[in-house]
Amino acid sequence: MSMHNPNESSKALQKAAAKSLKHERKDLKPGGLRTWWSDRSRFQQWMVLLVPVVLAFLLPVINPPFITTEPGNDFAITCFNMAVYALVALGLNVVVGMAGLLDMGYIGFFAVGSYVAALWTSSDSTMIHIPYLWTLPLAMVVTMVFGIALGIPTLRLRGDYLAIVTLGFGEIIRILATILPPLKGQSGFQNIGAPPGSIDGQPIFFTTNGLPWYWLTLVIIIIVTILLGNLERSRVGRAWIAIREDEDAAETMGVPTFKFKLAAFATGAALGGLSGALMAGQVGFVNNQKFDVQTSVLFLAAVVLGGQGSKLGAIVGGAIVAYVPMRFTEIANYKFLIFGIVLVVLMLFRPQGLISIRAKLLTFGSRIRRFVRKDQDGSPSRAGRRSSIEPGAEEA
Amino acid sequence: MDSWLTFDFGVFTDPGLFLSTIFDGLTLGSIYALVALGYTLVYGVLNLINFAHSEVFISGAFAVSFFLTALGFGASAPNLPLGLLVLDLVLAGLVAMAVSALVALAIERIAYKPLRDKGAPRLVFLITAIGMSFVIQYLFFLWRGPSPEPKTKMFVPKPIFDIFGGIIDSLQLTIVIAAVLMMICVDQIVGRTKLGRGIRAVAEDPDTATLMGVNKERIIMATFVIGGALAGAAALFMMMKTPDGAKYDGGFILGIKAFTAAVLGGIGNIRGALLGGLLIGVIGNFGAAFLGNAQWTDVIIFAVLILVLMIRPTGILGSNLGKKRA
Repeated sequence: MSMHNPNESSKALQKAAAKSLKHERKDLKPGGLRTWWSDRSRFQQWMVLLVPVVLAFLLPVINPPFITTEPGNDFAITCFNMAVYALVALGLNVVVGMAGLLDMGYIGFFAVGSYVAALWTSSDSTMIHIPYLWTLPLAMVVTMVFGIALGIPTLRLRGDYLAIVTLGFGEIIRILATILPPLKGQSGFQNIGAPPGSIDGQPIFFTTNGLPWYWLTLVIIIIVTILLGNLERSRVGRAWIAIREDEDAAETMGVPTFKFKLAAFATGAALGGLSGALMAGQVGFVNNQKFDVQTSVLFLAAVVLGGQGSKLGAIVGGAIVAYVPMRFTEIANYKFLIFGIVLVVLMLFRPQGLISIRAKLLTFGSRIRRFVRKDQDGSPSRAGRRSSIEPGAEEA
Repeated sequence: MDSWLTFDFGVFTDPGLFLSTIFDGLTLGSIYALVALGYTLVYGVLNLINFAHSEVFISGAFAVSFFLTALGFGASAPNLPLGLLVLDLVLAGLVAMAVSALVALAIERIAYKPLRDKGAPRLVFLITAIGMSFVIQYLFFLWRGPSPEPKTKMFVPKPIFDIFGGIIDSLQLTIVIAAVLMMICVDQIVGRTKLGRGIRAVAEDPDTATLMGVNKERIIMATFVIGGALAGAAALFMMMKTPDGAKYDGGFILGIKAFTAAVLGGIGNIRGALLGGLLIGVIGNFGAAFLGNAQWTDVIIFAVLILVLMIRPTGILGSNLGKKRA
């Protein structure tokens, strides 16, 4: 589902550019699947992607044995949880994976989004009520404001301060939810709204019916993935990668780092809020529990496990982190320990995660490939010159 | 709608309450300061926020709890002769310091050393630190469960001084004096000994220090050991104040507070850690008393952290141990 071409293997490119163009195909072989993928036209790529997407939609309907989480947990609701975690991981991936900022308080944004949905739709709230679907964009706006308010004082500093400030932020949101009377602490908000629609007088979106919620979240994930893909290929995405790779160099080259870091932080925050509002809708109840910082670390584990900077990785990582405790209920109590160990072990042995982004300069990766292609009927010397761009895309 | 906040001005107008709040804040603050030193030393030498330091601290607290329980301490303070009590507490402190130092050293060797050898980027270090903190926390959770260890009350505080109604008791006096003495020791070690010179050299420029014959790895290990031992001592003092403080996640919030203290005083600055710790203790205590709920302490301290970062990121005293930071 990744929207950038994941095939832009920089090492393969270097070889391709340096060696004789006649042997280009052979040289690219290490890329394997990636090479094949990049050779498809855009339309063909979409058609191929359709298969896993349709499968993902049908997953709870098929309810495959071995994979299913029943009888322990309802499989449709598990799928919904996986989708929400995937969305969370997508959002956090923008902050951690793309811009290289360590946000440890992501649960805070998730909580704010949940409370936005609760405050504006719950029957326990005295605020003005609005239709549930309106709370989704509202949650994004509100969390974005929180993100910017938190980002402005801290993003001017180096990343490690950001980590601890956001860690504090996550905890503070939880404490405020406990001690501020309007947020109702542990008694919380019940009867949170849901999208409209009913069949035979039975509402479609019901808390025990995970299927429509899952589908709604999948649609949102697809939209978000496409939008993020476009963002990544734009000036913004290039700026984020530049900041992640070397902030000082980026600043020197004229990238307004603070502005783009803030943009990444706000984008991530908005997606966190969106996920929180979705989760609040499905569960139908929000209180001050479950917004602990430990969950933030789970979110981080999802991004790191999937592969920082990779959208497909974020989706896979998020789904795994949500799926494992619900499928293997006997080890559910150990989930924090397991994913903590996963974090350390991955950092020590495979920091790029399950799905690594081989080419860091995604945009230029595809362009270079195209140049190399053209050179097949052009002068070979051009290809030699192109290779001078390559070192920038090194060290995947 | 009931009112969001209630303000209690009594804490400012009643001199007895005012002074008590200060004394209690200073007590808490000296505990924060000891933990903050661990953050500051490691940050100075490695330029790394050791997130797992809060778990180093809580390991010490568990050690104190186990040791004192084995000696027969319980929910009510034992009636021991003073000399024996002091001996027990000193032994408990030494055990806690040893355990914490070992945990800190283990974290360094298991998690940070391999990354340093690889020259991993900062983000990788930070994520590893968080992962380590998480792993240790949940090992304690699996081992000892979600509830705190049984109380080990050490002694009943006796009032010693009475200043305009503000009472200073024996507990507060013990903690503050012991903590300040330890900090003076560390300050002298770093300022005057050969080891301290090595620490300062590595903090200034690790590569040049290595060229000048400083054994960088040994210095780093020594730094973790010193920081860990101080956290162990802080754990003993914390257990004196709250006898049921040994809980799997008990280090987390204290860690954030201590880090705030380190940043407020100037991270990498040893005297800054003391100043920051004492200030944070007093500010947090006043906030809690003024707003009538102890949970506000965390919110206020966090707000202080953000304010400091906005106005003076190098802290009150600036950093003199570490490198210049952007």
